Amino acid sequence: MCIRRSAVFCLEAMSTTATSTSVRLLLSKSRFDLWVWIALAIAILAFIPVITLFKLSWANNQEIWQHLLDTVFWIYVKNTLLLCMGVTLFTAFIGTGAAWLVTRFNFPLKSVFVWALLLPLAVPSYILAFVITDQLEYAGFVQKSLRAIFGWQTARDYWFPEIRSIQGAIAVLSLVLYPYVYLLARAAFVEQAAQLFEMSRCLGKSQTQSFFKVALPLARPAIVVGVTLALMETINEYGTVEFFAVPTLTAGIFDVWLNMSSLSAAAQIALMLVSFSILLLGLERYSRNAGKFYKLTGQSPAMFAEPLKGAKAWTATLLCLLPISLGFILPVTVLSNYALRNLDSGFDQYLTNAWNSFSLAAMAALLTTALGLLLAYGVRLSKSNKMRSIAEAATLGYAIPGAVLAVGILYPLGLFDNAVDSLMKAWFNYPTGLLLTGTGGALVLAYSLRFIALSYRTLDASLTKITPEMDDASRVLGSRSGKTLWRIHLPLIRPSLLTAMLLVFVDTMKELPITLILRPFNFNTLSTQVWDLASLEQLEQSALAALTILLAGILPVIIMSRNIGSSEQRPQGH
Amino acid sequence: MNKSVFSSLVAVLASLVVATPAIAAEEVNLYSYRQQSLLQPLTDAFTAETGIKVNVVHAEKGLAEKIKAAGANNPADLVLTVDIGRLEEVRAAGLFEAVDSPLLNDVVPAHLRHPENLWFALTTRARVVYAHKDRVKEGELASLNDLADPKWKGRICTRSGKHVYNIGLIASVIAEDGEEAAETWLRGVKDNLARKPQGNDRAQAKAIFEGQCDLAIANRYYMGKMFYNTKSPEQQQWAEQIRVEYLDQQVGGRGQHINISGAGLLNTAKNKDNAIKLLEFLVGETAQGLYATANFEEPVRAGIKTDEFIESLGDFKSDRISLQDVADQRAAAARLVDRVGFDM
Repeated sequence: MCIRRSAVFCLEAMSTTATSTSVRLLLSKSRFDLWVWIALAIAILAFIPVITLFKLSWANNQEIWQHLLDTVFWIYVKNTLLLCMGVTLFTAFIGTGAAWLVTRFNFPLKSVFVWALLLPLAVPSYILAFVITDQLEYAGFVQKSLRAIFGWQTARDYWFPEIRSIQGAIAVLSLVLYPYVYLLARAAFVEQAAQLFEMSRCLGKSQTQSFFKVALPLARPAIVVGVTLALMETINEYGTVEFFAVPTLTAGIFDVWLNMSSLSAAAQIALMLVSFSILLLGLERYSRNAGKFYKLTGQSPAMFAEPLKGAKAWTATLLCLLPISLGFILPVTVLSNYALRNLDSGFDQYLTNAWNSFSLAAMAALLTTALGLLLAYGVRLSKSNKMRSIAEAATLGYAIPGAVLAVGILYPLGLFDNAVDSLMKAWFNYPTGLLLTGTGGALVLAYSLRFIALSYRTLDASLTKITPEMDDASRVLGSRSGKTLWRIHLPLIRPSLLTAMLLVFVDTMKELPITLILRPFNFNTLSTQVWDLASLEQLEQSALAALTILLAGILPVIIMSRNIGSSEQRPQGH
Repeated sequence: MNKSVFSSLVAVLASLVVATPAIAAEEVNLYSYRQQSLLQPLTDAFTAETGIKVNVVHAEKGLAEKIKAAGANNPADLVLTVDIGRLEEVRAAGLFEAVDSPLLNDVVPAHLRHPENLWFALTTRARVVYAHKDRVKEGELASLNDLADPKWKGRICTRSGKHVYNIGLIASVIAEDGEEAAETWLRGVKDNLARKPQGNDRAQAKAIFEGQCDLAIANRYYMGKMFYNTKSPEQQQWAEQIRVEYLDQQVGGRGQHINISGAGLLNTAKNKDNAIKLLEFLVGETAQGLYATANFEEPVRAGIKTDEFIESLGDFKSDRISLQDVADQRAAAARLVDRVGFDM
């Protein structure tokens, strides 16, 4: 306990010096303004879909609400909460546990696991759901073999867990979402915890004590950010919960919208999800503020990795192998098998679709990261909590189901296009029609509004770790904010910039509902190609496209992991 | 990222932005809930015959909003769907325009189009019962009502009650028998379910094959798709052990429930003539033959040669209730599914 307190004291002392007011007084406030205004503009842009939802929800749906409250509403709420609790538990456990194992210990295949543990991130959850159910349901390979071995005849002869259940949904979502936690927890362990952990060990604390009292508390903010991202994806998840026959609030949104023909009531439920994620963000912020530390120096020393021997070593290997096998190797194997059987179908469009997917994902990655960076930098320069709240409001789109977000984007786009069109007609007699709606540009913009949560959170977390002393020093030496960003911050947060880009890239490759609704005429991507056949109950025939989405994640994942690990590999000192 | 990759990305973005569908003379723009792999052969045949290019956006939801949001500048001419539900969504939003085509009126029977010709069915899709050939005796099941008979306890499989196909089926029961009778019936069916509603229609055939249930509610055309599936031969086995039961075929009975795939002309359409040409083409002999042989659906046009295997499943009398009346009960059906707790 005393170790932790002194360590924390030490860090707090550092940060207090960093924010010394005398330096701040030398700087005039007005120069910050442009950056803050840019950030504000981006935040408003990203918040537009939520505002649209507010407007769409402006109707009296008393009848529908009465019906929902009388029948299924609390079941929706219960399922949503159970799903969130399960995903929190498993992503936190798998993500943190795996990150700690590969950071702290040496065991067989560790250097592969370091990056391979990220791979399930590239797997669209509905594909994993399909593959796992296919293997584990009553008619699947596993149960069939069990029946053959034990001579059971029907389902009544034995017990097997129901795969199409909330447990199944939790398992699938946790398997594809734990990499967020792993990614951030590992970065925290590598960047921050190493030195203090060693200190704690030297002072005689046991392995376990040092982990729970030093390493875990230091990594907690990062773990919480990872879990928050996982949860925001969980509450807007539709394909998987539908597949597992688990009615959640998201299923309710689509039922009310499409079967009961009430978009306004659907928007009202969607806003409930938004308020739920506001609550989440509040918790996250509380947790981060409670553990706010700056990096001691630009470069932390590597953590000493302890070699494991014998049974312990192999247990560690197996533990790491488990989530990778279920979350990546299994779907790749099953899809490869299908792809080989179906090489002749859908190949003609494959190359075009692959190019469309790659270029859209690359553009979305660049734009989203740029917007996220400007937003995070504006928040940093403003030094205002209000500005931080505004920026966080901008990330709420991430918690809204994709198809609903797409509708929230369509209406403002239509308004904008039609306004420009009538102005151009009135002034120049030159109709512009739909300038943005139905173009690739609108699609890239929509991806950015959805995924700005990923880039902003990653970059903000990284910028926060740079002590404000740096800014002040740079400013005192005469650099303006822009130059400081370019010369000081960007080089320092380069790994996070790459991480943000690659997260958005991988997520855009997987994205389906927004792509379906907003895409231009005659335009396909790998994920729409998969959808086309999967919705006809022929996912097997689009296996090649599905496989490409998965494999496209490998390279980004390796690059990402190199960057986090880099501080580990470099020799100590400068 | 090096410069050349970056500049080529910019070029792609630019081409995407510029590639707004121009409103040229010989084009027709389609918003489709029907998948590309099914539609493409039809639109290709249309282009080959008329020289009119067909531009398509496929989606599974949200197209009505896309049309509304674009207002007068909406680029789409036609909406094509695979269920009365999605057609009704666009109609209820007031986005369709009546089509006055003697040919369409002649080919499409009255109960398969909107009373004011706001939409037309292009094919029908019978939602039948798959019965295991041995475990269910012939004649044991005669009507939809029989599915609620306790003798089927633990023997019926189906997909989610909230799926459009089942919503359509339940809405038709409400339209015919009223909400109260429909509720009693649906509770009876729920009590007979072998498992929580899950999976798609093929998954139900698989469940029969594996012995998990004896009866399943499913669309008939999947029989053709499974029977001819050489890529996944196990599906051929699923199909082979199933007998298709048509319901309510007795004299005076309501007839087998059907849903439709259909289309309607948007009132903001810029290529109206071409759009009507396409509609007429889709009910023509070539297109109707393609529907019947490629996707095994029932043509709306009389006298079309269908598939041999599908014909071997026998003929049936279909329900003649106006599909608009069925569509009107969709919201009531969705609520009924909630009240009964069908999916829970």
